[in-house]
Amino acid sequence: MRGDVGYPVRIGFTKMGKVRFISHRDVARAFERAFRIESLPLSFTLGFSPRPKVSFGLALSVGHESDAEYLDFELAEPVPLEPLARAISGALPEGIEVFAVTALADRAPALQEAVSAVEWEIELTTDGDAQLAAPEAVTQRVEALLQAPTLVVERVRKGRTTTEDIRPTIRRMIVLGPTEHGTVIGVELATRPASVRPAELVAALGTEFREGRVRRTRQWIERGQQRLDPLTADPRIALEARAS
Amino acid sequence: MTSLWPRIEPLLAGVEKPARYIGMERGSQVPHHGPGSVSWLLVYPDTYEIGLPNQGLQILYEILNERDDAAAERAYAPWLDLAAALRTHAVPLFSVDTHRAAADFDIVAFNLSAELVFTNVLECLDLGGIPVRTQQRAVTDPIVVAGGHCTFNPEPMADFVDAFVIGDGEEPVGEMTERVRDWKRAGHPGGREGILRELAAVPGVYVPSMYDVTYDGPALRSVTPRYADVPAVVDKRTVADLADWPYPKEQLVPLIEVVHDRLNVELFRGCTRGCRFCQAGMITRPVRERPADQVRSMVEQGLARTGYDEVALTSLSSADFSGIDALVSDLVTDQIGCGNVGVSLPSLRVDAFTVGIASEIQKVRRTGLTFAPEGGSWRLRQVINKLITEEDLYAAVEGAYSQGWRRVKLYFLVGLPTEMDEDTLGIAELARNVVKIGKQYTKQASATVSVGGFVPKAHTPFQWFGQNGTAELQRKITMLRDDLRKTAAQVKWHDPQATFAEGIASRGDRRIGAVIERVWRAGGTFQEWSEHFHLARWTDAMAAEGLDPDWHVTRHRTENEILPWDHIAAGLHRDFLWQDWQASLAAHGLPDCRWTPCYDCGVCTDYALEHVVASSVPPAGGSQGTGQDLSAGGAVPVLLGPTRVVRSEAEAVASSARPPSAGES
Repeated sequence: MRGDVGYPVRIGFTKMGKVRFISHRDVARAFERAFRIESLPLSFTLGFSPRPKVSFGLALSVGHESDAEYLDFELAEPVPLEPLARAISGALPEGIEVFAVTALADRAPALQEAVSAVEWEIELTTDGDAQLAAPEAVTQRVEALLQAPTLVVERVRKGRTTTEDIRPTIRRMIVLGPTEHGTVIGVELATRPASVRPAELVAALGTEFREGRVRRTRQWIERGQQRLDPLTADPRIALEARAS
Repeated sequence: MTSLWPRIEPLLAGVEKPARYIGMERGSQVPHHGPGSVSWLLVYPDTYEIGLPNQGLQILYEILNERDDAAAERAYAPWLDLAAALRTHAVPLFSVDTHRAAADFDIVAFNLSAELVFTNVLECLDLGGIPVRTQQRAVTDPIVVAGGHCTFNPEPMADFVDAFVIGDGEEPVGEMTERVRDWKRAGHPGGREGILRELAAVPGVYVPSMYDVTYDGPALRSVTPRYADVPAVVDKRTVADLADWPYPKEQLVPLIEVVHDRLNVELFRGCTRGCRFCQAGMITRPVRERPADQVRSMVEQGLARTGYDEVALTSLSSADFSGIDALVSDLVTDQIGCGNVGVSLPSLRVDAFTVGIASEIQKVRRTGLTFAPEGGSWRLRQVINKLITEEDLYAAVEGAYSQGWRRVKLYFLVGLPTEMDEDTLGIAELARNVVKIGKQYTKQASATVSVGGFVPKAHTPFQWFGQNGTAELQRKITMLRDDLRKTAAQVKWHDPQATFAEGIASRGDRRIGAVIERVWRAGGTFQEWSEHFHLARWTDAMAAEGLDPDWHVTRHRTENEILPWDHIAAGLHRDFLWQDWQASLAAHGLPDCRWTPCYDCGVCTDYALEHVVASSVPPAGGSQGTGQDLSAGGAVPVLLGPTRVVRSEAEAVASSARPPSAGES
C-alpha cells in the first residue's frame, strides 16, 4: 500500500518551430490540457483550489527552441507508461513532442534544483555586413572571450543595477559552423550561481552581433563526478511490479 | 499562393506576444484552397486575445470549411509593433492559419461587435494592401464583408464595406459563397458591380453602394435603391432553430491566454426581457433555446476534445434557460463532463434564484459575484425596463454574502433617459446598502460599482434619445464618486470621452465614414484601448468634415425623422419601438413576452418565427419582467390575449395575485 503518495513520472519533450513563440507558462497550460484530453489520472494538491501535481524544469524564453525540456508529474494510480509519449504528444501543439516517459523515484530532487548545467546552440547574426558574423570573425571573438579572466555584465535585480562576473559559468564555447545568416556556436553553461541568458552572451561577444535561432540541446544533473541525463538520474525501479 | 511565414518569422523576435501570429490552435482547420473554391479570410479587428474567442467567427470558420466549395482562414488586427514592422518590411496582413496574404482571398470578412474597432478595419485593409474605400477597389481585390451587431447601423462603415450581413450569418455565408463561386467560374461577369449586385440579392445582405443617399442640410432625406431588384429594406437573417447548428463543434483552443479562455456553449440566442437600452436583446429576437440534450453533449464532447476544465454556458440571460438548475446540477455533480469542471454563467439575472445557482457552481473561492441592476432607482429601472426591485437586489446580495462571497460587483449605466441626480445618487444608496448587508456577514465585505456611460443604439426604443455629452456624464460620475468616498464601495467608470466617440459611430449616417477614415489616418487605431484613444482625433475629424458632433450624438431625434438605419430591419416595427419609447418616458414597464401575451413587436409575426423554449413557465426567480413575485418558481400560464401589454408598476404589483393578462392597460 502506498497511502496517499502517487506515482511520479518524468517526461522529456522538445519545443521546436513556430511553437517556440509561446511562453513557459503557455507550455505548462498546454500540458495540463493534454493530460485532461488523455484522461491521465493525475494526483492533485490538497487545499481550496486543487491543482494537478505538475512541476517544470528551467524556464525557456519565448522564441528559443529546445531538444531537451523536462517536466515531472504525479499519477494517482499506475498506468502503462509505454504508450504515453505518443498519446500526450498527440494532444499537444505541433513542435512539442514527448520523446521519453520514465518512472521517477519517490522524492527525487526537483528539476529546477537538480539541473546544474545546460548546453545551447546559439546563432549569431548581424544587422548589416554578413561577413561580421562569418565563422572566422566569430571564432576571434569567442577566443578573446574565453581568454579573458572575467566577463562582467550589468544586471537589473529588484530595480537595482548590479554587475556580475559570468565568466565562471561559461564551461565551454565553440564555433560549430556557418548558417544562412551567420554562425552557430555551441555553449555549455553552469546554472549556478545564476543562469546566464543567451542574449547576454551574444552581447558580451560583440555589439555587432544579434541573436538568431537559439536552441537548448542538453540539460545535465551533476552529482560529484557524474553527469546524468534528467531522464535516467533518478529512476524508479519497476513501477508496475510494485504497484500490484 | 505561398506562405508569408518566412518573411513574418524574423519580425516576430522583436514584437510583444509573438504567439498571437502563429496559429496552430487545437481545432484549427486545414483550409482546402482551389480554383473552384471561394476563400474567406475572417478577420476580428482587435487583438488576437480579444478576437480568438469570438464564437460567431469560430462558427462561420467551421461552417465554411465544411463546404466543398469554400475555404476559410482567420486573421486578427496586428498590434502596433507588428503593424509598424509589417509596413517597414512591406509584408502584408496575413492569415494565422497558413500565413497567406489577405489580398489573396476572395472575401475578407470582418466581425464588427463594437464601434470603436471601426478604425482597425481600415488599418487591416490597408495592411492587407486592399484599398480602404469600396469605390477604389478593382475586380481583383477581395470583396470586403462585415457582420456582427454593429451592422444593424451599417452606414458609418458603408464607404469601406462592400457587403454587410445583417443578423445570423450561418445561412447567408453559404449563399454568398455560391454566388461568388459561380461568378468566378463564369469569368467575373459584370466585374465588381456584377458580383455586388448578385450579393445584394441574397436575403440579409446589404450592399451600400447599391443605394443613393441624399441629405437636407444636416438631416438625412432619403436612402434609395439604385436598381429595382435591390431591396428597399434589408431584413435580418435569423436561424429558426439552434438545434440545427451545433457549432462550434471544434472550438479553438488558443496556445496563449485569451479572454473567455474556456469552453463556451451557447444556451440560447435572443432575449425578450425587453431592456430598452440593450441592442443585443432587441436585434436577436426571438428566443431560440438549444435543446438541453444538445447542450449536454456539446459540453461533454467539448471538454473531452479541448482539455478545458471550465465551461461557460452563454446567452443574454443564462438563468432564463429552461431547466438551467438541472443542467448546472448535473455539471457540478459530474453527471456530464470529465471531473473537476468549473462552470460559469455570464449575464445572470439579479435575484436569489441566480445566487442559488451561483453558489452551486462556485463551491470554493467565492471571491466576487456580479449583478447588473443598470439603474439607480426603481423609477429609472422601469424607464429602462430592467425590472429589478430593491428587494430582488438585496435578497441576491444577502444570499451572496451569507454564502461566503466577500465582494459584489454592481454594473450601472449613467446618462439614461429621464435620469435625474436622485437616480444617479440612488446608485450610491444601493451600494451603501449592499455593503451594509455584507458587513453583517463579513468584515471584509466590499462592493465595486462599475459605471458606464449610456450610448443609444439603433433598433432600440432609445434610438431617438439624445446621448449625454461628456461634461454631463463626467459630472454624474464625479458626483457618484464623491458620494461614495470613504465607503467600502469602490467606483470604476468608463471614460466619457470614449463613450462620446462611440456615440458618433453608433448612430451616425454615411457621412461618418469620412470621419472614421480621418481618425484612422491620424493614427487612431485600437480605440478601445484607453492609452491609444484621444477624443480630439474624433472631434477634429468631425470639424474637418463640417459635421456637428452634437447633431449626431446629443440631439434627441424626432418621431418622423429618417434614421440612418431605417432601411435595415431587425423585424421590430418602428411604431412598436416608438410606443415603447413613449411607455419608457412614462416609466411603464413591459413584461417578457415569453411568458405573457405577445405585444407584437413585429419579429415573430413578420418573419414567421416562434420562440423556441422548452418550458412555458418562467424560471424561479425575482419579479423581473413578469410583474410577479416568482421567488417560489410559481407557474405563470401563457395566455393568448390582446396584443399590447403596457403596465405600470402599480398595476403590476396589484396584479401579482392574478394572471398577468388581467393587468393590461
